[in-house]
Amino acid sequence: MDLLLDGFATALTPSNLLFAVVGVLLGTAVGVLPGIGPAMTVALLLPVTYSVPADSALIMFAGIYYGGMYGGSTTSILLNTPGESSSVITALEGNKMAKNGRAAQALATAAIGSFVAGTIGTVLLIVLAPTVGPLVVQLGAPSYFAIMLLALFAVTVVLGASKLRGFIALFLGLAIGLVGMTSGQPRMTFGFAELSDGIEIVVVAVAIFALGEALWVAAHLRRKPLEIIPVGQPWMSKADWGRSWKPWLRGTAFGFPFGALPAGGAEVPTFLSYVTERRLSKHPEEFGKGAIEGVAGPEAANNASAAGTLLPMLALGLPTTATAAVILVAFESYGLQPGPQFMAQNEALVWALLASLFVANTLLLVLNLPLAPVWAKLLQIPRPYLYAGILFFATLGAYAAGTSSFDLGLLLVLGVLGFAMRRFGVPVLPLIIGVILGPRLEEQLSEALEISRGDYGTLVGEPVAIAAYVVMAALLVGLVVARVRSSRSTTPTSVTEKDEVNA
Amino acid sequence: MTVNLFPHRSPSTRRGLRAVLATVSVVSLAALTACGGVTASSDSGDASGDLADKRMRMMIPNAAGGGYDLTGRAAVKVMEDEKITGRFEVSNVEGASGTVAMQRLLNEKGSDDLLMTMGLGVVGAVYTNKSDATVDKAVPIARLIEEQEAILVPKDSPFKTVDDFVEAWKADPDKVVVGGGSAPGGPDFLFPMQLADAVGVTPKDVAYVEYDGGGPLTTALLGSKIDVGMSGLGEFEGQIADGSLRVLAVSGEERLETTDAPTLTEEGIDLVFTNWRGVLAPPGIDDATREAYVKAFEEMHDTQAWKDTLEKNGWADNFATGEEFETYLDEQNERVRTTLTDLGLA
Repeated sequence: MDLLLDGFATALTPSNLLFAVVGVLLGTAVGVLPGIGPAMTVALLLPVTYSVPADSALIMFAGIYYGGMYGGSTTSILLNTPGESSSVITALEGNKMAKNGRAAQALATAAIGSFVAGTIGTVLLIVLAPTVGPLVVQLGAPSYFAIMLLALFAVTVVLGASKLRGFIALFLGLAIGLVGMTSGQPRMTFGFAELSDGIEIVVVAVAIFALGEALWVAAHLRRKPLEIIPVGQPWMSKADWGRSWKPWLRGTAFGFPFGALPAGGAEVPTFLSYVTERRLSKHPEEFGKGAIEGVAGPEAANNASAAGTLLPMLALGLPTTATAAVILVAFESYGLQPGPQFMAQNEALVWALLASLFVANTLLLVLNLPLAPVWAKLLQIPRPYLYAGILFFATLGAYAAGTSSFDLGLLLVLGVLGFAMRRFGVPVLPLIIGVILGPRLEEQLSEALEISRGDYGTLVGEPVAIAAYVVMAALLVGLVVARVRSSRSTTPTSVTEKDEVNA
Repeated sequence: MTVNLFPHRSPSTRRGLRAVLATVSVVSLAALTACGGVTASSDSGDASGDLADKRMRMMIPNAAGGGYDLTGRAAVKVMEDEKITGRFEVSNVEGASGTVAMQRLLNEKGSDDLLMTMGLGVVGAVYTNKSDATVDKAVPIARLIEEQEAILVPKDSPFKTVDDFVEAWKADPDKVVVGGGSAPGGPDFLFPMQLADAVGVTPKDVAYVEYDGGGPLTTALLGSKIDVGMSGLGEFEGQIADGSLRVLAVSGEERLETTDAPTLTEEGIDLVFTNWRGVLAPPGIDDATREAYVKAFEEMHDTQAWKDTLEKNGWADNFATGEEFETYLDEQNERVRTTLTDLGLA
């Protein structure tokens, strides 16, 4: 405890506080813009390590990391344009809420949820890093494969009333995920070297969500009168709080372990949280139309996962995300050797960093909460200008990501796909999940089989994998039982096809 | 005009460090465009070979924070600070492990203000990507640094020496799973393949598992998911220091001061392999420009600032220019091509 207090003493000196403020502002800014992420921002700021003391630089980098997670959700909610892959899911309900005049509530539940998750995550980090750290490497490819498969299983919840359309979307997503180099061979790259690293989730999401919708609105502008976005309450109501706090906690429970696992990531827990909330919600009819749970859960999940990421990094010197990898480079340029002894050897610095995470989190809440109603006003811009702005923003982000006209072409092609999906009532969520999960499933499966030299027995060779398959079997049985029961009763399922189209 | 002022094409990436954004920032994006405009006008002047006031561009073939990025930016910083050249515009052109950047370099035939940082990984990547933008088509300027590869095993591995490992490997290549931090074509892939060839294991039989960089590779080694890891030492120093990973051998000509491990040649294996980084210029530049570039890098190499940079980053000096680098590059290109062709990857 003394150590943590010392850490706060370091993190709260005026100059370090200034670095934290600069960090969270920068992080929020880059989180907002699709294509520019916290990892590259930290990378470009690496030269400051030449002139700034270690604790200040690391405090700033931590601010950028957390800030990026906040900023990404703002554009997801307001403009349907996710800034980061981990806030893709937030756009689903968040943007619907914004259109119902509840943008301020969506932003607020995202901000508070992030704060709650970030804080709990940081506490867990402090408690668990020394003991759990060495265990995370025990999980191998077979376990990850089983966990991802379990996650894919969850998609069945969101396929919608038309299973056919749901599967079309899912397989489209999986197909997009196939693009790229595999085992040294180009696959589905059509001769473009630009495609050999695969298609980034953010590009797909921005195209399908923002571009597809802009085209859809443009196609209907003349024929339909404009819907006016109502002006809503500026703050969260009691009911909003009541519906948010459980998703925050559940989102944290999903996010932290996935962040802490070396191959976990931030995207999978966000959609696991989403489907869980959809399942558990007392207002399932609101999903697809702007359910606050669908924002609260995923936003908590992505921030908790950011905290989780720091666990293998501090305990073992293992970077599990791009941002963590770049922060490790920063450690090294201070002559600090990340690795198992890092925490013991640099106690003061580590605790200052942990304290600064609390500080960054608090700063973000203080900065973002009052701004929520201000941001929400953005939506009162007349539709044609608003969508022109969204298009500009989406295009700028896609271009900035690679300074290449190729990405613009890709964005347009996928945008047309998004338009067509709206036209034919194909839900977009299964597609996004396919893009997220497909490559991960394949990666883990091929790693497991490469190591076992083609022996499929390896897939049930780890306890975690077996547990995951047991859960899957149980779910399957549950589904069948539910199906039999519901076919006996006459009540129709509450989720209608139209909701799915909107989702 | 044949100069392609602002070439396009770069990919989007999917995960890991590679997913980091390619360009400097939106601000410098504008600057880059502007710089393209400047190129046109500066083409006419400046044949004297004096670079001191000249604005230059440095292309980096991978993400900000990656190996080429750190080397390229460090070299640029020294040249700017020591007033050897004018300011540089540094841009990260990601994609296909450097193939996209290589294509851009070759497209800018004759551009006299452009350089590209590259290395062994780019040599192999153009082959696995089935691109004809091979490195021998560019103009070699300088080789800067090298990094040795190491053979790593977990603490409780049955392999105590290189011999133990090679014995087991020869007996049954299927039973010895080798992991590396690069995709097929990259340094961590080429090293085990050439090592296999050198000790009499058929490269095609090598059980190679690709990891997305040093982090995931360390995870796999610590969890004993694979038997042997092959990679540069940079990302493993913490684990080696605390004994959770052991180094069986390093791949360079001489032992490293920092690591207590023999070289392969000491162990009786006839292989010297280093992962090097250097600088290329586009084809079609005139001799005066080329000489000016070489001179600039020679000056940079002689500065104290560069020596400090090498030490700070733990890079081994491996400087070569002119004929020496040109011959070396051709030799490397040929060797990589043969290795990958034998494996059916080129």
